[in-house]
Amino acid sequence: MHLAAWSVFLPLIAGFIVLFAKAKGLLWQRVLNLLSVVVLVLLSIVLIIESSSGVHQVYLLGNWAAPFGIVLVLDQLSALMIAITSALALAALIYAIATNTDKQGAHFHVLFMLILFGLNGAFLTGDLFNLFVFFEVLLLASYGLLLHGGGRLRTKAGLHYVIINMVGATLFLFAVGALYGVLGTLNIADMATKVALLPEQDLGLVAAAGLLLLVVFGTKAALFPLYLWMPTAYSNTSASVAALFAIMTKVGLYAIIRVHGTVFGAEAGSLANYHMPWLLGLGMITLMLAAFGVMASRRLREQVSYLVLASIATMLIAVGLNNPLALSASFYYMIHSTLMAGGLFLLADIISRGRGTFKDRFESAYAMPGAVLIGAMFMYGAIAMTGIPPLSGFFGKILILSAALEHQWSGLVLAVILVAGFLMIITMARTGSLLFYKVLDSDETHNPPEDNDVSRESPNRISTITVIGLFALSPILVIFAQPITAFTESVAKQQFDSQGYIQSVLSKQPVKAEKE
Amino acid sequence: MEWLVALVIGVLTASGVYLTMRARTFPVVLGLTLLAYGVNVFLFAMGRLTIGHPAVIDPAAVNYSDPLPQALVLTAIVIAFGMTAFLIVLALKARSELGNDHVDGLDLAEDEVPLKKNAVTRAHEKYLKLIKKKRKE
Repeated sequence: MHLAAWSVFLPLIAGFIVLFAKAKGLLWQRVLNLLSVVVLVLLSIVLIIESSSGVHQVYLLGNWAAPFGIVLVLDQLSALMIAITSALALAALIYAIATNTDKQGAHFHVLFMLILFGLNGAFLTGDLFNLFVFFEVLLLASYGLLLHGGGRLRTKAGLHYVIINMVGATLFLFAVGALYGVLGTLNIADMATKVALLPEQDLGLVAAAGLLLLVVFGTKAALFPLYLWMPTAYSNTSASVAALFAIMTKVGLYAIIRVHGTVFGAEAGSLANYHMPWLLGLGMITLMLAAFGVMASRRLREQVSYLVLASIATMLIAVGLNNPLALSASFYYMIHSTLMAGGLFLLADIISRGRGTFKDRFESAYAMPGAVLIGAMFMYGAIAMTGIPPLSGFFGKILILSAALEHQWSGLVLAVILVAGFLMIITMARTGSLLFYKVLDSDETHNPPEDNDVSRESPNRISTITVIGLFALSPILVIFAQPITAFTESVAKQQFDSQGYIQSVLSKQPVKAEKE
Repeated sequence: MEWLVALVIGVLTASGVYLTMRARTFPVVLGLTLLAYGVNVFLFAMGRLTIGHPAVIDPAAVNYSDPLPQALVLTAIVIAFGMTAFLIVLALKARSELGNDHVDGLDLAEDEVPLKKNAVTRAHEKYLKLIKKKRKE
C-alpha cells in the first residue's frame, strides 16, 4: 500500500531533485524527468493490478484514523486516472524534449513534475480540503506551464485562466466551509454517512453547497457556461503542455464522480443523485456548443480544443445518465479521448510548424514537408476523435448510446450526441481538405517560390513517433475491447458501491506501534 | 454579534464580486483579495463563533472552540497569498506585453482614451515639436 502513496510523493521528490539538477545542465534535467515519468508509468501499471481485486486500499497519512486524519484511497478509478495521466505525461514530455520546448524558459521540468504531484494527489485523496490543496498545487504548476515560453496571446489567455481559477478556488472554499459547518467533517466517506442522516432543516444548505461544488468542478471540467476559458487557454499554450492539459479537464470530471457520487450517492436520502439532471442537461448544452465551436474555429489548435470540450461533454452526459453501464462507457471513452486529444494537440503543432508563417490558421498554404505522412495521421486522428468506425471513438460512443437507451430522456440524448458528432465529422473533413488538398501553387519539387519562402520545419522524427505511439493506442483499445470494457465495468461497479468505499475508509485502523 | 460577522462576510464578498468583474487588472486583483478575505472569515465562522474557549487541550477548560477551521483558514490564507502574488506579477507582465491593463484586449480598447493631457505632457509635446522644427531648419 505504500506504493500508492509513492505515486504522489515520487513526482514531488523528483521535482526537487530536478530543480537542483539545473546547475548540472538541461540534459540532466531531461534524463531525470524522463526516468521519473517512466517509473511513474510502471508504478501506475502495478497500481492497476493491485487495485483490480476490488478492495479499496486506504492509506492513513501520519497514522491518524479516518475521519480525523487525511486518507489516501486507492481504488480502481484512481488507479485508472493515474495510469492515463502518466501515459499522457510520458508522450508530452518526449515531445517537449524533441521540439526543445523545455529550452524556451526556466523550470519546465520542475513544473512538469509538480503538476503530476498535484494530479496524482487529487486522484488519491479521500479528504475534501486536501482535494482543494492538491487542486491548488496542480493549478499553480499549470499556470507556470501555460505561460511557459511567453508571448502576448499566451499571457492574455493565461491571465484569464488564472483569474477564473482563483474565483473557482474561492467558491470551493465557500462550499467546503458550508459543508463543514453543517456536517462537521471533511472526510468524503464520513460526509456521505452524515448526509444520509441529515435533519430536514439542513437539507437546503447542504444541497446549495453541493451545487456550489458542482460549479467549481464544472469550471475545471469546462462545463457550460463555464467553458469559455478553455479553448483560448489550450490553443495558445505550447503543444506539449496542451497535450498534458487534456487530462486537466478530466480532473474536474473525476472530482464530480468521486465527491458527488459518494456524498450524494444512492444512499444519501432525499439528496440522492440530485445533481444528475444538472450534469445531463448542462452536458448536452456543452456538447452542442462544442460542436458549434469546432465549426466556427479559425485555427486548428482552437478546433482541437473544442474537440476536447466535446469529448468532456460526452463524458458528462454519460455520467449524468446515472447507471453503471453508462459510467463504464464514460471511462472507456475517457481512456480513448484523453490519449487521442493529446496526440491531436501534438499533431496540430507538427502541422503548424510545417506551414511556416501560415501556422495553423485555416488558410491555403504551401504544401508542408512530409505532407503524406502527416495528412494520413491527421485523417486517422480525426476519425478517432469524431467517432467514425473502426477506431475507438466509435466504440466509446456506441457504448454510451446503448447505455442511454434506458434513460427517460433517451431520445434527446441520442439526438444531441449524434447531431454533434455529425457536425464534427463534416467540419473535420473540411479542415483536412483545407490543410492538405487546397495548397497554393508551387513548382514540381513542392517548394514554395523563393520570395515567399517561409521557415517550414520538416517533421521531427521523434515527435512524429510520439504522436504515432499515442494514436496506436486506439486500435489496441478496439482489439482488446472485451477485457478493457470488463475492466471499466468493474471500475464503474466499484464506484456505484459507495457503501464499500465508506466502510473501508472508516473501518481502517491505524497501525499499532510494536511493543518494545 | 453574529450579525456583524455575517455583515462583514457579505460586504467583503459583494465588493469582491463587483471588483472582480471590472475591466482592468488592478481592480480584479483587489476583488480577488477581498473575496479571499471574505471566504476566510466565512470558514472561521463555520467552526461556530465562541469566545474565550481554547482550541488546544487544556485541563481547566470547560468547552473548546473548533480548531479545524482555524487550520483551514491558515492554509487558505497561505494559498490565497501565493496566488495573489503570482497574479500581480502576471498582471504586470500582461501590462508590459499587451500595452494596456485591460483584462480582455490586445490593443487599446475602442472606448479607451489615451492618457489625459496635462500641463506637463503638453509642455513636453511643444518641446518635441520645437526640436523637430529646429532639425528641419
